[in-house]
Amino acid sequence: MPRLLCLLLALACGLLAAPVRAAPADAGEALTLIASGRFPDIEKGVDLLARSGDARTQAIIEALRDGRLAVAADKRVVIEGANGGWSDAATGEALAEAPPSPKAVRLNNRIRRAVEAALGALTLMAPDAAARRQAAEAVFRSRDATALATLDEAIAREEVAGIRRLMGEARAAILLGDAGASDLQKIEAVDILATRADQDALALLRAAAAQGSPTVREAAEGAITAVERRLAVLSMLQNVWYGLSLGSVLLLAAIGLAITFGVMGIINMAHGEMVMIGAYTTFVIQELARTHAPGLFDWTLPVAIPMAFLVAALVGAAIERGIIRHLYGRPLETLLATWGVSLILQQAVRSLFGPSNREVGAPSYMAGAFDLGGLTITYGRLWIVVFSLAVFAALIVALKATSFGLKIRAVTQNRRMAASMGIRTPWVDTMAFALGSGIAGVAGVALSQIDNVSPNLGQSYIVDSFMVVVFGGVGNLWGTLVSALTLGIANKFLEPFAGAVLGKILLLVFLILFIQKRPRGLFALKGRAVEA
Amino acid sequence: MTRRPILLAMLDGKGAIFLGVLAALAVLVPLSNLFLPETSPLHVPTYAVSLLGKYLSYALLALALDLVWGYCGILSLGHGAFFALGGYAMGMYLMRQIGPRGVYGHPVLPDFMVFLNWQELPWYWSGFDIFPFAALMVLAVPGLLAFVFGWLAFRSRVTGVYLSIITQAMTFALMLAFFRNDMGLGGNNGLTDFKDILGFSVQAQGTRLALFVATVIALALGYGVARYMVTSTYGKVLVAIRDAESRTRFLGYRVEHYKLVAFTVSAMMAGVAGALYVPQVGIINPSEFSPANSIEAVVWVAVGGRGTLVGAALGAVVVNMAKSWLTGALPELWLFALGALFIVVTLYLPKGIVGTLAEWREKRQATATAKPAGIAAEAAE
Amino acid sequence: MTSPTLTNTVLYLDGVSVTFDGFRAINNLSLAIAPGEMRAIIGPNGAGKTTMMDIITGKTRPDEGEVFFGGMIDLTMLDEAEIATLGIGRKFQKPTVFESHTVADNIRLALAGARSPFSALFGARNRIAGERIDAILSTVRLTEHRGRLAADLSHGQKQWLEIGMLLAQDPKLLLVDEPVAGMTDAETAETAHLLKEIAREHSVVVVEHDMAFVRDLGCKVTVLHEGSVLAEGSIDAVSANERVIEVYLGR
Repeated sequence: MPRLLCLLLALACGLLAAPVRAAPADAGEALTLIASGRFPDIEKGVDLLARSGDARTQAIIEALRDGRLAVAADKRVVIEGANGGWSDAATGEALAEAPPSPKAVRLNNRIRRAVEAALGALTLMAPDAAARRQAAEAVFRSRDATALATLDEAIAREEVAGIRRLMGEARAAILLGDAGASDLQKIEAVDILATRADQDALALLRAAAAQGSPTVREAAEGAITAVERRLAVLSMLQNVWYGLSLGSVLLLAAIGLAITFGVMGIINMAHGEMVMIGAYTTFVIQELARTHAPGLFDWTLPVAIPMAFLVAALVGAAIERGIIRHLYGRPLETLLATWGVSLILQQAVRSLFGPSNREVGAPSYMAGAFDLGGLTITYGRLWIVVFSLAVFAALIVALKATSFGLKIRAVTQNRRMAASMGIRTPWVDTMAFALGSGIAGVAGVALSQIDNVSPNLGQSYIVDSFMVVVFGGVGNLWGTLVSALTLGIANKFLEPFAGAVLGKILLLVFLILFIQKRPRGLFALKGRAVEA
Repeated sequence: MTRRPILLAMLDGKGAIFLGVLAALAVLVPLSNLFLPETSPLHVPTYAVSLLGKYLSYALLALALDLVWGYCGILSLGHGAFFALGGYAMGMYLMRQIGPRGVYGHPVLPDFMVFLNWQELPWYWSGFDIFPFAALMVLAVPGLLAFVFGWLAFRSRVTGVYLSIITQAMTFALMLAFFRNDMGLGGNNGLTDFKDILGFSVQAQGTRLALFVATVIALALGYGVARYMVTSTYGKVLVAIRDAESRTRFLGYRVEHYKLVAFTVSAMMAGVAGALYVPQVGIINPSEFSPANSIEAVVWVAVGGRGTLVGAALGAVVVNMAKSWLTGALPELWLFALGALFIVVTLYLPKGIVGTLAEWREKRQATATAKPAGIAAEAAE
Repeated sequence: MTSPTLTNTVLYLDGVSVTFDGFRAINNLSLAIAPGEMRAIIGPNGAGKTTMMDIITGKTRPDEGEVFFGGMIDLTMLDEAEIATLGIGRKFQKPTVFESHTVADNIRLALAGARSPFSALFGARNRIAGERIDAILSTVRLTEHRGRLAADLSHGQKQWLEIGMLLAQDPKLLLVDEPVAGMTDAETAETAHLLKEIAREHSVVVVEHDMAFVRDLGCKVTVLHEGSVLAEGSIDAVSANERVIEVYLGR
C-alpha cells in the first residue's frame, strides 16, 4: 500500500473536512429526508439537521425522540404538542386544525443513537452550565463525529474555562478516532488528551498508538508514558489519602488510650467497648430523631458527639471508681479485670440491642465526594480526618493549657508530691480516666459512620489501638499522632502488594519486632525515671 | 540414692492428691464407661468422656500458662497460639490419615485443597502422614515459635504489660494468617472430618477412651515436669526474677535465658495440650488463635490460683464445666459470668481457690504472730 | 593528687558522659578506686550518683568515656549479668530482696557458682553451701531469721539481707547505694560497723546522703555535682572546701 498516497489523502481530507462540516446545511432538505420514511434517509436527515444550526433543530429532534414527530398525508412534517395540539415542524407555527392522517416517524436503534448524539451536541449550547458540562462529557464518551461542528461552535461561545477545556478534550477524542482528521490535528489531539491524564484518555491514546500513522503513533506513545506517570503519582497520592483516612481512624481509636494507658499507665482492655458505647449512643440518638423529629436528622451527629462523650465518660468513671482504683500498681491485674469489664459491656449491649449490626445513617453532609486534581475525596472520609485532628488538638489544649490538664500531668509525674500540694489525686485519676473514656466514646461516633455498629465493634480496635500507642511511645501524645498516621499509610501501601489481610499481618509482625528494638516506642522518654 | 528424696521433695500434699485424682480418673472413667449399665447414675457416657478429656487438655494448657505467669511473672496473652499450633500439627496428621475417603476422593489432597483447585500438597504438609513426625512437630512448632519470640522479647527486656500486648498481637496476627486460604491449612473452616488416628477410628468408643487416658497421662507428666522445674534451683531463680528482676540480674543470672527456657517448655506443653484437644473435639480452626481464647485461659489460672500448678489445672476444669453448663442453660448469662469472674478474682481472690485455701490452712496452723507473706510480694511487682 | 594508673585500680572511670534527652546526667566524670579501698560518694540530688552506679553495672551505656574494671576489663561492652559474674555487686537504694523466698534461700541464690539455667535445672542441689550461708548470716546479723520469708523482715533487716547477698556473691567490688536510708540511729551505727568489716576484704563504694554516717565510715570522700567530681579527699578536707559548702553542705 503506498503510504504516501494515504498520507496525502488524509491531509487533503483533513484540510477539507473542517470547512465542509461547518457549512450550514438545509433544514428543509433534512425534513424531507426524515419524511421519506426509510431508515437510512431518516438517519441522514437527523445528521443533516443536527449540523444545520437551525433554531428549530432541538424541538424537532426531541419530538422525534419522544415519538411526537409525524408525517401528514400531505408530506408535511408536524409535531404533536403535549396538550394534543399540532405545530409545523419547519416553522414552529401552531396549526389551527389537525393535519390529515399524521403518521409518527418510526425509529430504529441506529436512529435512536443518532438522535441521542445530536441532542448531546445540541445541549452543548444550553444556558445551564451543568448541562453543558454533562453534554461535553457525553460527547467525550460517545466520540460522535457529527457533533464536531456543534462542538466547534460551542467552544467558540463557551465562557467557563473548565467546560471549554472539557469540550476541547471531547473534540480531541473525536478527532483522534476520526479517520478523516489530519495527522496535525491528531497530534494536537494527543497533546490535549495528555493533559487530561485519566484512564479514559489513556484508553484513547492507546488506541491511537495502535493504529495511527507513525508520527501520530510516536506522539501517542510519548503521551502514554506521561499519562501513566501522572496516573502513578495520582494513585500514590490516593493511597496517601486513604492511608491518612485510615490513620485518622486509628488515631481516633487510640487517642483515648493514649491518655489512660499512655499518660496514666492504666491498661484498659475495655477501651474498645467505650468506643462501642459511643457508637451505640449515636444509634440511639438517630433512632430518637427518626421517630420524633425526622427533619433534624442532619443534627444527630453534632448532638451525638457530646452525648457519646458523656455516656462513655460516666461508664469510664464508674469503672475507675469501682475497679481500677483498687488495682493501681498492679498493671497485669488491671488488664484482667478490665477485660472482664469489656466482656460484661459487650454482653450487656448484645442483650439490649441484639447481636446483629445496627444501622447508623450518614447525614447529608457526610455523603458524596468531590474531585481534587484527579483525586476522589469523599466527604465522609474528609470529615473523619478533620474530626480526628480536631479531637487531638482539643486534647492537647486540654492537657497543656487548662488547670485540669496541669493536675493530670502533676499526678502522673509525681503522685506524692502532687498530693502534698493539695491536689486530690484520686479525683484527678477518676476525671482523667473519664476523659480518656469520653474521647473513646467520641471516636465511636465517627466510627459508626464507617464501620458496622455491633457489640464486637470495640474488639476489632483494641489490638490496633494498643499497637498505635506503644509504637508512638507511651506517654507521648504527639507520638500517638505520628504513629497512627504512619501505620495508616503503611497499611494502605502494603495492601496493593500483599492484600489487606497479609498487609495487616506484616504490619503486626513489624510492630512486634519494632517493640523488641525500641520497647518504649518511637518517641520514648529516656533516662532513669522511666525504668522504674 | 539421691533421686528418691528429690522426687519425694517434689511432691507436696496438693500434688499427691492431684496425681491421685488423675490416677483414679484414668482407671475409673473407662471402667464406668465400659462396664456400668447406661441406666446407672455412675455411668459415664462416651460423649462425656471426650468432654472430660477436653477439660483436661485445657488443664494442661493452664498448667503451661501457670509455669510462666505464676512463677516467672510473664503474663502471656498468646498461649492459645501455642495450643492451636499443636492442634494444627495434630490436625494435619489426622487430615492425611483420611486418604482417599474425603468427599472428593482424592488420594492425597485434603478436600479443601481439591476444592481450591490445588494440584499438589504444599511442602510443609509432607511428613505429616507419619505419626512420630507429627508428634515431633506438636512439640517443635510451638517450641520454636516460643523460642524465637522469647529470644527476641526477653533479650530486649520487653516485660510486664508490653510483653502481654505483643503476645496478644502475635496470636492475633496468627489468627489472621490462618484465616487465609492461601495458608493451605483450611482457611476459615480449619481442619475437620477426621477419620482415623493410628489406624483406629476417632469416633470409636475405644479410641475415645484411649485418648482420654492419654490426656490424663499427659497432664500428669506435664505436672511432673513443671513441678520438677519449680522445685529446683531453677524454679527458685524464676521466682526471684518474678519478684525482683534487676536484683537477679545484678546477682549475675542471665534472666533472659531463664525466661526463655520456661517460655519454650511452657509453649511445648501448650502444644501437647492442643494436640490432645483436637482429636477429642474433632476440629481445629483459626478461632482457636483468637486473643479472647488466650485471655480466657489466663482467668482459669487466676481462678485456680497462680503459682500453684494444681490450682491452674483445677481452675481450667471448674471454669470450663461452668461454661458448658451455663452456655447450655442460660447462654445470655455466660459472658456476664465470665466477666464478673475476671473482676471478682482479681479484686477479691488474688491467690485463687488453691492459694486462698492454702493461706487459710497456714493461718490456722501458724502461731499467733505470723503475717501473710504473699501480699507484699504481689505489690512489689 | 597522684594520678591513678589503670593497672593499680579495681575501678577506673575516665571522661565518662551520658545524656538523657539533652540533660547531661554525667559530665566528664573521672574516678579511680584502688583495690581494698573504701570510698564514700556524696552529692546533692541529681548529682548523678545513681546514674554512675548504673554505668558501672552495665544498666546504662555511657555516650563517651572509659570504664575499666581490674585495670583491663572494659565494662562498657558487657551487660549486667556478665559484670556481676566478674565480681561487682550492687545494692539498690530501695532494699530489693526476693520476698517470696526465705532468708537462707536469698543468700543461697546469691552464692557464687554456676548461673546457667541448665545447671540450675539439672545440677546437684547445693547442700554444701550451708556453712557459707551460716557464716554470711552471722556477718549480717540475721542468723535467727534464717527460715523466715524475706517479705516478713523489717526495713533495716532487708537492707542487711541485701548486703549479705552481695557478700555471698563474693565480689571484688561492692557498690552500695544509700544503705542507711530509713534506718534507725542504732541500725545506722550497726551498718557502718558492718561496712567497715566488709571493707577489710573488699573494695567498697558507698553512696550516701547522711554526713554523720559518712564520717563514721572514716574513708576518702568524693563529692559529685552536676555529673562530675567537685572535690575529693578526707571528710574534713571536703567539708572545709568552699565550693562543696556552697553547692551542698551549706544550703
